Order: sequence, then C-alpha cells, then structure tokens
Amino acid sequence: MSKSPRLTTTLRGEDLSLGYGKAEVFADLSVSIAPGKVTVIVGPNACGKSTLLRALARLLKPMHGSVLLDGTSIHRLSTRDVATKLGILPQAPIAPEGITVADLVGRGRYPHQGWFRTWTAQDRLAVDGALDATGTLDLADRPVDELSGGQRQRVWIAMALAQGTPLMLLDEPTTFLDLAHQVEVLDLLVDLNQREGRTIVLVLHDLNHACRYAHHLVAMRGGTIVAEGAPDDIVTAELVTDVFGVPCRVITDPVSGTPMVVPIGRHLHVATEAERT
Amino acid sequence: MTAAATTTTTTTTVVDSVSGAVRRQALGRTTLVCGVLSAVLVAAFCVSISVGDFTVPLDDVIAAIFGGGSEDAAFIVRTLRLPRALTGVLVGVAFGLSGAIFQALARNPLASPDIIGIDAGAGAAAVFCIVVLDTTAAITAGGALGGALVAALAIYLLAWKSGVSPYRLVLVGIGVAAVLTAVTQFLLTRAEIFEAQRAVVWLTGSLNGRGWDDVRTGLVAVVVLVPALALLVGSLRTMQLGDDAAKGLGVRVERDRLLLVFVAVAFAAMATAAAGPIIFVAFVGAPIARRLTHDPLAMWTSALVGAVVVVLSDLVARRLFAPTELPVGVVTGVVGAPYLLWLLARTNRAGRGG
Repeated sequence: MSKSPRLTTTLRGEDLSLGYGKAEVFADLSVSIAPGKVTVIVGPNACGKSTLLRALARLLKPMHGSVLLDGTSIHRLSTRDVATKLGILPQAPIAPEGITVADLVGRGRYPHQGWFRTWTAQDRLAVDGALDATGTLDLADRPVDELSGGQRQRVWIAMALAQGTPLMLLDEPTTFLDLAHQVEVLDLLVDLNQREGRTIVLVLHDLNHACRYAHHLVAMRGGTIVAEGAPDDIVTAELVTDVFGVPCRVITDPVSGTPMVVPIGRHLHVATEAERT
Repeated sequence: MTAAATTTTTTTTVVDSVSGAVRRQALGRTTLVCGVLSAVLVAAFCVSISVGDFTVPLDDVIAAIFGGGSEDAAFIVRTLRLPRALTGVLVGVAFGLSGAIFQALARNPLASPDIIGIDAGAGAAAVFCIVVLDTTAAITAGGALGGALVAALAIYLLAWKSGVSPYRLVLVGIGVAAVLTAVTQFLLTRAEIFEAQRAVVWLTGSLNGRGWDDVRTGLVAVVVLVPALALLVGSLRTMQLGDDAAKGLGVRVERDRLLLVFVAVAFAAMATAAAGPIIFVAFVGAPIARRLTHDPLAMWTSALVGAVVVVLSDLVARRLFAPTELPVGVVTGVVGAPYLLWLLARTNRAGRGG
C-alpha cells in the first residue's frame, strides 16, 4: 500500500462553477494538483479557497465542470472508491464525547472494511503506523477530549493517514493552534509528503507558512485563481497587495530562503515614509 | 509504509499492537458490561415472572418456561406473566436502540424519540383511535405506528434545508412534540370519561395485559430491524465525526441517515404500539450504556440497558404499591426526569446546546 502508485494519482478540477444553494459563487475555476507535491491554497476570507477544496474532495457538487480523479469524474465514482484514493480532513470534524485516540484513528479505516467490519491485521498496522507517524502512539488510550489543541489536530491527521490514501486534502489544519503547534502540524505534513510521497493539498491562512511549506501555491481572490506556481516564482509585493488588499514588502525568509511577506499597516506605513524623506 | 512506520509494523505485529491493545481493552470492557447487564436482565426477568399476587417459586418458573411445572404455575407463567415480561424486554430493546440511533445521528443527547415528537405522534394517533374511532387494541397499535411515521416525516421535512442539520432536527422535533401533545390534550378533553381513562393509561405506557400477540409483533420488528441496523451501524459510527468527515471516508451520508431515521422511527413506533410511549427509556438507555462502556456509540449495550430499565421498572411498578399496579411509564418517568433536568442544567452551564 505504500508503493509508487501514490505518485501517479492525479486530481484536477476543470471549469468548475461552484456555489451553495442556487447562487453561483465562483465560475470557471481550473486547477491541477501536482502529484507527490504539497499544494497550498491561500487567499483572503471568503475568497472561495475552502469551497474549492470541498469541491475537489467531492463534498460539494459543482454546478458545471468536473473534478477528475485519475482522469475519471469524481461524481461517477462510488463514494467508497473516492475514499480509498482521496482523504479529506474538514475544517471542523467532531470528536464524539469520550472517544479514545485509537478508536478515532481506527474510524479512518471505514472505506477499507467490508459489510461485517471485521478488524484485520492490515487495519491494525495502518492505525499503528498512523499513530506512530503523527507521534500520538503514547496517547492511544487517552480520550480525545483531554488532549491539547495541537495533539488533537495530530490525532485527526492520524485518522486521515489511517485512511491510507495517496492524496490528502486538509482544510485549514492550523487554525486555532498556537505558533508551536502550527509549525508542528505543518512539519508533520511535510514529513508525510517526503517520507511517503503523499500528495498534500492544504488551505492555509498564514501566507508565510504557505510560502515556506508549499511546492505549489494557488492564490485566490473573489472566487478566481489569481496566480499559481512555486512561491519563489509568483510571490511578489504586487501579487500580495492585489490578492489581500494590503500593502506589503516581500523579503527573503532568513531561515528557509523562501519569500516572506511583511505587511505594512496604516500607521507603520506613515512612519517609514516619514523616515525616507 | 516507509522508515518509522515500517519499524513499528515489524516490531508490533501480533505480539503487541498499540491500537490493538486499546481495542481489546475496549472490547473487554463492553463484553463485561454486557455480561453483567444480561445477568441483571435474566434475574429481573425471572423475578418479575415469579412475584405477584400468586408467587410462583423460581424453580417452578424455570420449569414452566420450558414446558413443565404444575398446571397453575404453567398458566400464570406462560399465559400471564411470560408474555408481559417478554414484551417488556422487546420494548426496552427497541426503545434503547431507537434512542441510541437518534442521539448519535443528531449528536445530541436530547434527541430521543420521546423528546423530539416521535412518541408524541404515536400518542396523538392512538388517542385519536381510542377516543374518536373507538378501535380495538390492534388497530390502535397500528394507528400509533402510522402516527409515529407521520410525525417523523413532518419533522424531517420541516427541518430540511438542503440537508438536515442535527440541531434543527432537535428544535423542530421539540416543536412538533408540543403541537402533537396539544392535539392529544384536546382530544382528551373532548372524550367520554371511560375512553379518556383508557387513553390516559395507554399514554402513560403500560405492560399490563400484554399477550403473545404483542410478543410476536415485537419479535418480528426486532428480527427485521436489527439486521438492518447492523448493516448501518458502521456508517453511523463514521457519521459521528461530522457529515464532511463521514463523506470523506466514503459514507453516503444523506441516504444512510434517511435509512437510520427510518429504522429508529420503526423501533420507536413498534415499541410505542406494543406498550404505549414508555417515557424516558429511549432517552436514558444510550447515555447509561455509553457511560458504562466508555464507547461513544454503545449501540447494542443501549438495547440491553433499555431492556433492563423496562423490566426492572415494570417490576417496581407492579410491586411497589401491590396489589395496586402502576403503569410502567410512571416509574421510568420518575427515574428519567431528574436526568433530563441535570442534562438541561449542564447544557445551560456549558452553553453547548445539548
């Protein structure tokens, strides 16, 4: 289950028109997810990044266009087939009261189980592997309610891992976490990408994290994709100002060498101008 | 899997799998709880058959159940008390499962058929049958079943807004329950005194005078519905993680939810038809089971808890003020009401909407 086929699973959205209810919110989105890479979708609030991710994960049916998983329209595949290739960690999953870590992670095995849900050695190995990879092995018998935010997020990622899909989509996995836990979660995702070659698609709020961790960046604004490419190639002060509507400067991240965005607030802006003159 | 994962998989294999150990522990606990509950159920079952205006010694009870014993004992056990006790078990199982399904679907402990209007639907229909149509018991039971299904459909449609949000389901359900209770009250005020009395006894929930017909109805329902539920329980377990997570794991959420609602309504309707809306059995069954087993779903344990609650409550109801018998619903009401108050108080304090 860990062999090279992972790298060949492809996911593409073609001419997607998306919306909720009857209202079309976004039109003509096309996006291609690079296999074996980390793709990060960024943009201001309500720009449609979560909507796009939901459509790619088959949680939202597009009004027009299609999402192709390995070349086949995702809505023609059975739910279970999709679930063995593509895992999604939604923004607010619910941990039932009192559930243990091992139980929660084990539920990621659902798409691999038959009618009688017998628990096979393969299930056991997948769950142990997922716990191990996320550093939650020693939490296995703890109730999820008692964990810290960062631990809980790692447990959810372990659940998505146990699903054993070559593609993992995560909707804002770092929101509500403090800085240390944000970095911890992002490092973990990079580990998964590097060690196991999983394709990872993330929606992130923090542009600097996005620049640092993405191989491929997708910048959205108002329901359209404004730019996409490697962070080094596309992140400029003009782009960020255009996408987020905030003046900024882009410098080189002293640690990673990737672009780093420094926003200029209204007050600071005045101050620096004054200094210059 | 590579690197770290491989080392774990090789070292853990059969000897010591971490997740396997937690799983075994959980399974062990559930098995123990179910064992104890079964023992309690069997004991309560035998005692409730043994005691009464004519006490039949326990060994005669067992002999009579298996076809032996004296003629008197055989009559009392096989014709009077055994069907009543069996109906109690079946009704308890049905209410317990119905409550567990609803509460898991709605992710809310308030979502039980006796609170969100399913039982109220059955009750209103049954009272209509008794008071207006003056029907026989069998037709009243059928009417109750229809009423439960109609109430469920109404709640589902009223709560529908491009999918059914669990929270809206509970709120709409409580509203529907209020309306249906008002209908029942209206019918009762218009009724003749004798019919009103019959209706009130039925509404309180009683196992008095249950015969083999009731057992058969209950048994057929359980035999049909339990396998259906067994096929759906995996989806339900996954749906507890939220709709999006469940869809991502390959559950056909809307379809399975509709099927589960149907199974849960059918359980509640069947139980209500057999014994009236014995209040709070569905409501307390699953929470007790979850607390005992530490399993967040505890489906089958809920069935056992439901059966124990009904059989024990009926025993208390029959013997507490003997020779006067109380309807079993009085006892379950007294037990369940404090739990409801506690739950509401806790919900208020924690602001968690259930």
